[in-house]
Amino acid sequence: MLESVLLTIATAATPLLIAAIGELVAERSGVLNLGVEGMMIMGAVTGFSVSLLSGSAWLGVVAAIVVGAAFALLFGFLTLTLVTNQVATGLALTLFGLGVSGMIGESFVGQPGMRLGVVDIPVLSDLPVVGRLVFGQDPLFYLSLLLTAGVAYFLFGTRAGLMLRAVGDNPASAHAQGISVIGIRYLAVMFGGACAGLAGAYLSLVYTPQWVENMTAGRGWIALALVVFASWRPWRVIAGAYLFGGVTIGQLHAQAIGVAIPSQMLSSLPYVATIVVLVVISQNRRLTMMNTPASLGRPFVPDR
Amino acid sequence: MRIELVKRPQSSPLFSALSPFLALLLTLFAGAVMFLFLGKNPLEALYFFFIDPLLETWSLHELMVKAAPLILIGVGLSVCYLSNNWNIGAEGQFIVGAIAGSILPVMFPGFQTWIVLPLMLLMGVLGGAAYAAIPAFLKARFNTNEILVSLMLVYVAELFLDWLVRGPWRNPEGYNFPETRNFHDFAVLPEIWPDAGRAHWGIIFAIAAALVLWFVLSRTLKGIEVKVVGQSPRAGRFGGFSRARMVIFAFLVSGALAGLAGISEVSGAIGQLRPAISPGYGFTAIIVAFLGRLNPLGIIAAGFVLALSYLGGEAAQISIGVTDKTARAFQGMLLFFVLACDCLIHYRIRLTRTVAARSTEAPAGHA
Amino acid sequence: MKRTLTAMATAAVLGAVGAGAPVQAQEDPTKACFIYVGPIGDFGWTYQHHQGVLELEEEMGDAVETAYLESVPEGADAERALQRFARSGCDIIFTTSFGYMDATNEVAGRFPDIKFEHATGYKREHPNVATYNSRFYEGRYIQGVIAAATSETGEVGYIASFPIPEVVRGINAFMLGAKSVDPDFKIRVVWANTWFDPGKESDAAKALIDQGVDIITQHTDSTAPMQVAEERGIKAFGQASDMIEFGKETQLTAIVDDWGPYYIERVKAVRDGTWEQVDVWDGLADGHVVMAPYTNMPEDVKEMAADIEEKIRSGELHPFTGPINKQDGSAWLAEGEVASDEELLGMNFYVEGIDNQLPN
Repeated sequence: MLESVLLTIATAATPLLIAAIGELVAERSGVLNLGVEGMMIMGAVTGFSVSLLSGSAWLGVVAAIVVGAAFALLFGFLTLTLVTNQVATGLALTLFGLGVSGMIGESFVGQPGMRLGVVDIPVLSDLPVVGRLVFGQDPLFYLSLLLTAGVAYFLFGTRAGLMLRAVGDNPASAHAQGISVIGIRYLAVMFGGACAGLAGAYLSLVYTPQWVENMTAGRGWIALALVVFASWRPWRVIAGAYLFGGVTIGQLHAQAIGVAIPSQMLSSLPYVATIVVLVVISQNRRLTMMNTPASLGRPFVPDR
Repeated sequence: MRIELVKRPQSSPLFSALSPFLALLLTLFAGAVMFLFLGKNPLEALYFFFIDPLLETWSLHELMVKAAPLILIGVGLSVCYLSNNWNIGAEGQFIVGAIAGSILPVMFPGFQTWIVLPLMLLMGVLGGAAYAAIPAFLKARFNTNEILVSLMLVYVAELFLDWLVRGPWRNPEGYNFPETRNFHDFAVLPEIWPDAGRAHWGIIFAIAAALVLWFVLSRTLKGIEVKVVGQSPRAGRFGGFSRARMVIFAFLVSGALAGLAGISEVSGAIGQLRPAISPGYGFTAIIVAFLGRLNPLGIIAAGFVLALSYLGGEAAQISIGVTDKTARAFQGMLLFFVLACDCLIHYRIRLTRTVAARSTEAPAGHA
Repeated sequence: MKRTLTAMATAAVLGAVGAGAPVQAQEDPTKACFIYVGPIGDFGWTYQHHQGVLELEEEMGDAVETAYLESVPEGADAERALQRFARSGCDIIFTTSFGYMDATNEVAGRFPDIKFEHATGYKREHPNVATYNSRFYEGRYIQGVIAAATSETGEVGYIASFPIPEVVRGINAFMLGAKSVDPDFKIRVVWANTWFDPGKESDAAKALIDQGVDIITQHTDSTAPMQVAEERGIKAFGQASDMIEFGKETQLTAIVDDWGPYYIERVKAVRDGTWEQVDVWDGLADGHVVMAPYTNMPEDVKEMAADIEEKIRSGELHPFTGPINKQDGSAWLAEGEVASDEELLGMNFYVEGIDNQLPN
């Protein structure tokens, strides 16, 4: 039972993790994209429809990534090139994405979709407790962990990552050193969009293989919250996503066992827990200040 | 070819005035293309979106009903955003304001005098402000990120309201359905011209609040303080302004107005509490605040424009079968164009030809 | 777009058939308008109402013109949507969610010539307001019987949406059906606090399965729990629509909401001028509740289920017939006593045998 509970938590946490890790990169470059929900739902509808039409779930995944990135490109064009307000543009992107996905998905409602197969490493996946958890999950689960590790290495172990962080912390001085602030921000935002699209595909191809309108149901917002929760550190996003997933699943189990607490109160637990942890973390002022991208949400226009 | 922005020495008054119209023109054009693509007559579609809702008195009333909460919340948020406080939890403050304001008519239905309504409004204001004080206090005291806290509190408020109307506050005569008893006559915010339509005092509160805040922001020392602290906390400190106090001030103002919007909506337009009282006003108002360029007068206009797009979406759905999704996509597009065109106020756009041989190391390549 | 296509198809069919038939007197079509609480694409509650509308169009062809507004929030917006419909020439307006109750009555008072039909509510403040609902609990009773007859663990997982009478009634009916077969049968209830969130519903299904249930039933709208059950190799019941496509090896049966017959009947009544205020609460007998084919179960259980269905249909069996005790053991219905509709409508307690506390 423990094994399957952990598996459930992993399924709940993985889309949050993927979307959050992408947004983290975008925010590290100084761009706040509140349109995660919109890009995610576009990824979900694209992943579903393309896989159904082409017969290949993987093609669906790729298409979802591309569409997510394309939506992010639109966001980038508005906020980076035309210097529109990032908060408002992100919200508009969410609105737009919810609408467009509904239009595209209209004819796919009520059709069972493709399911992305499970990676099953023989023998090892039969190990007790951790077997299926470590060796028998869907491919995107592994990808989410690889992504996190990759992003952590990229940000803190490579020159390019250093440049990206420099752009997020002090775009003016990065610019003075000859770094293309706008170029890097474009790439970071598009990476964020690609991840959001992938997270959406996870929903419609792994989590619940079907398409229904608004099926993201606010997960994009949770992903945004996780980035802050993790104080912009990749590994902490994993902790946050699994904590959030754990509390969510835990309250369902508590109900199933028959704990007599109003379910609304249990449902609000993940949110309250997030706030509490956040307050505890932010007590350490030096640490948070160090990690917060100093120019987050502020536009930068190179002077000529 | 690439697009480059050249900052204008001063913001252009010409484009300040012109940009909304340019945006409208672009939206009309793009919308026409979209409707054509969907097989609808574009002129007809645009007519239903923008003109039809304005032709009848009752519909104008509905416009005011819809715009009132958007404007009230939007102007409050402008104070937050100008002072660099990212309150995105106005939806939660709206809900808590509605709950606090409903205590009297729901828990003491026998208490019926003229004083009930003013007390309700006051409690709504206090409730919204108190709920906004949570992220404000945490930010001021512990430096906790306010975006996250205010957003999380939205979910908590929604669930709390849900629990109330399904549990302790449920209407005893309502067959156990999830809603409170209907408010008595003394607890209902009056309609302005009852014979003509539904518009209630909420729209008057909204415009009054916008005017007051416009005055405060543009004509008083407090207004300067808000902007200085917002633009540069360091400069604010030199000026003797406390960042912590500004955080609290901005959140209390916007929470109070969101709370007022909440109780006005419940008491003026709905007449009882139910599990869902807001179709996302708190979030839409963020867009309204930015559409209005964080200027209270602009926010009045933006509130009406957004309200119109909702009404127009319905008119188009009914009359020519444009679906709800199309309406939402169209709204998103409208916002993109409005935001993009505002760019022209501060920048000139120049198209330059890229020089292929430009070395990446050369700072001159970009400077 | 779907609407137009269907309308065109219908027109084409009618054109072909009607070539030789006597030409009907040219009359203005009756305009029937619908307000939906969710998107048509939810494949649940709203989807089924819309299917009913499509049936209506099919049946009446040119004699009817329909319009709908989807995702209308249940707050201040409902009244506006109703007003707009009322002023746009609708002859009859159906409001398909409980939360539209007060707005429906309010607007009905202002437009006495237009007929209003409110689903699942109880207020009829004006002569031009009717209410309609379906006795879905009849289907739940049958589900309970099937569950108790097929479950190996003797435990079913019940994914509930919100603790409103409609849902509580369903849980009770299910329990009574199950107890008629196995007196010790257990139900585990999880409240998802949503009508519609595929992810959360699937999480709830997994949690229940991990707790040891081997059948899932749901009173939420998405097909996600069915898919989870299929994946885990257990059985499940569909909700609102026939979900067999999502669980070919899994679905035992489904309670299908079929609003079509009612919509056709009422719109025809408006056309004939015979429309009257009613309070309709119909079930299996009138075809408003339809059981999807009994599948994935032994033949004898199939027969038993069909037999019970027939008994309910004929009125021989009412699921809420005494002796029934409340959860705490106190007596509710005496031997042979049948619950009144009033009591069923406001039901807010569990019957004996359910272990969970009703959140209140």
